[in-house]
Amino acid sequence: MVGVRFKEVEKRDQAVITTGHSTPHLTPPYTPPITTTMPGFDFSNHNRNLALHSRGVPLPKATSTGTTIVGCLYDGGVVIAADTRATSGPIVADKNCEKLHYISPQIWCAGAGTAADTEFTTALISSNLELHALSTGRKPRVVTVMTMLKQHLFRYQGHIGAYLVVAGCDPTGAHLFTVHAHGSTDKLPYVTMGSGSLAAMSVFETQWKNSMTRDEAVALCAQAIQAGIFNDLGSGSNVDVCVITKEKTELLRNYITPNVREQKMRNYKFAKGTTAVLDQKVITKEEISKYVTVQDIGDGETGVGEKMEVDS
Amino acid sequence: MASLFQQSMPSTGPGYSFASAPTHHSSSGPRQHAFYPYTDNGGSTLGISGATFTILAGDTRSTSGYNINSRYAPKLFRIGGDGPENEGARIVLSVVGFAADGNALKERLDTMVKMYRYQHGKEISVHACAQRLSHILYGKRFFPYYVTAILGGLDDEGKGALYSYDPVGSYEREQCRAAGAASSLIMPFLDNQVNLKNQYDPASGEGLEKVMRVPEPLPQETVEQLVRDAFTSAVERHIEVGDGLQMMIITKEGVQETFTPLKKD
Repeated sequence: MVGVRFKEVEKRDQAVITTGHSTPHLTPPYTPPITTTMPGFDFSNHNRNLALHSRGVPLPKATSTGTTIVGCLYDGGVVIAADTRATSGPIVADKNCEKLHYISPQIWCAGAGTAADTEFTTALISSNLELHALSTGRKPRVVTVMTMLKQHLFRYQGHIGAYLVVAGCDPTGAHLFTVHAHGSTDKLPYVTMGSGSLAAMSVFETQWKNSMTRDEAVALCAQAIQAGIFNDLGSGSNVDVCVITKEKTELLRNYITPNVREQKMRNYKFAKGTTAVLDQKVITKEEISKYVTVQDIGDGETGVGEKMEVDS
Repeated sequence: MASLFQQSMPSTGPGYSFASAPTHHSSSGPRQHAFYPYTDNGGSTLGISGATFTILAGDTRSTSGYNINSRYAPKLFRIGGDGPENEGARIVLSVVGFAADGNALKERLDTMVKMYRYQHGKEISVHACAQRLSHILYGKRFFPYYVTAILGGLDDEGKGALYSYDPVGSYEREQCRAAGAASSLIMPFLDNQVNLKNQYDPASGEGLEKVMRVPEPLPQETVEQLVRDAFTSAVERHIEVGDGLQMMIITKEGVQETFTPLKKD
């Protein structure tokens, strides 16, 4: 999963779209003469980039999909799985990220491509789908999700770099789709996407068979992800699995952890006094209270908000 | 999450092979097809010298783009010595960058060192070998060997000697050096742990009175541990580093080689 940061459009005429391979030539931001206000992304920099390109400035390279995601139908349900490595160039940005996204209780999505795009696209479609289900009074269908996703992505002509595997169970049965960033879709019994898709597909093409059991499908998907983890540099760390049947959904976070770090040989704790203290000032809780509301939440275990994973 | 680091990252993606060929096509004129002879095979190397030894280390993964060419492609080579296995060698060369150039450079230096013995009837000294390597590299100033080399051995006094190079032959003797894909991750660690940079002596005074810790040659065991930790940490954060760790320890007894598996993801 390759991260690209889209700077939020705060002021209408200062939109800057940056990609992973941004060239210093493209900064500082160009100010396009826009007078009318339009919703959505500002594509005026596209023309600027074309102009710069024609004068010999290389355009930022398209981000590739450093990820392995797969999906597989079986008798009675559908399984999707993903690795947990997020990269930014050759650097591992997150060793244990989540690439399985919630759409509705019985519909989940595995995402490859630009991290922000997969997260925001699935969140948007999840939100709209909830409203749709409420207004129709029916359980949402997987085809509906697939259609909403492709229409959204096609509108943005591939600029939203989301490559998705959509899976779920609805009143019409278990379904599995892939949706590409440009808006094309496929409906297949087993699918793979991302930079590890070839490694994963080689497992499916040798092992897949019709009408498998739940356990067989989970094992096959997990093995396909591991093929990606070990043979594709863009994929790594752990295997996440999601099993969806018409009764329930099971999210098996870190189903396999084949890459646990070994213990370090030495201890790198610095002795007290290694850093010089030049000046110190004590600010008491009472003093801060003049400016902010202080609320003691103890050790944070019982505190509000989600706990963040931290390396030991 | 991943996206947070994007703009400050110095890197430009994994080292692609032929795909990264520079494209000079302007809008006018006929389109030129160019052969780009270099490939970046990733990986990292590292060397640390002590009072009576020098340690060189390198991972054994060879990559191109997002693919793994080999999980065991050594980057450390014995220079000089006898026979095809270079027995009795006292100098080790590590090369990282373009593997084909690395091998060619190794072959050239090895031949030169052996020729020196046949012509002079004595083993070459490390500092002479180091200067020779510099000349070999500069000899291809305008079609360079695409490698970062580190040469290790023992000097005339029996102290650990370590020389590091840039691709066109600029070199210097150092206490420690990291090279290759994860050099920007490993080198700051070495600065801090080997040369004790940014560390004050906890026992010294307070505030501005504090004195810096003074680096001194580290014992062999400590250095081996630092090398292991440097590589296991680089594997965690760099996709082109992994599979195995090859280490060569040069002492007055000779060259001792070890291999430790690393994570394969």
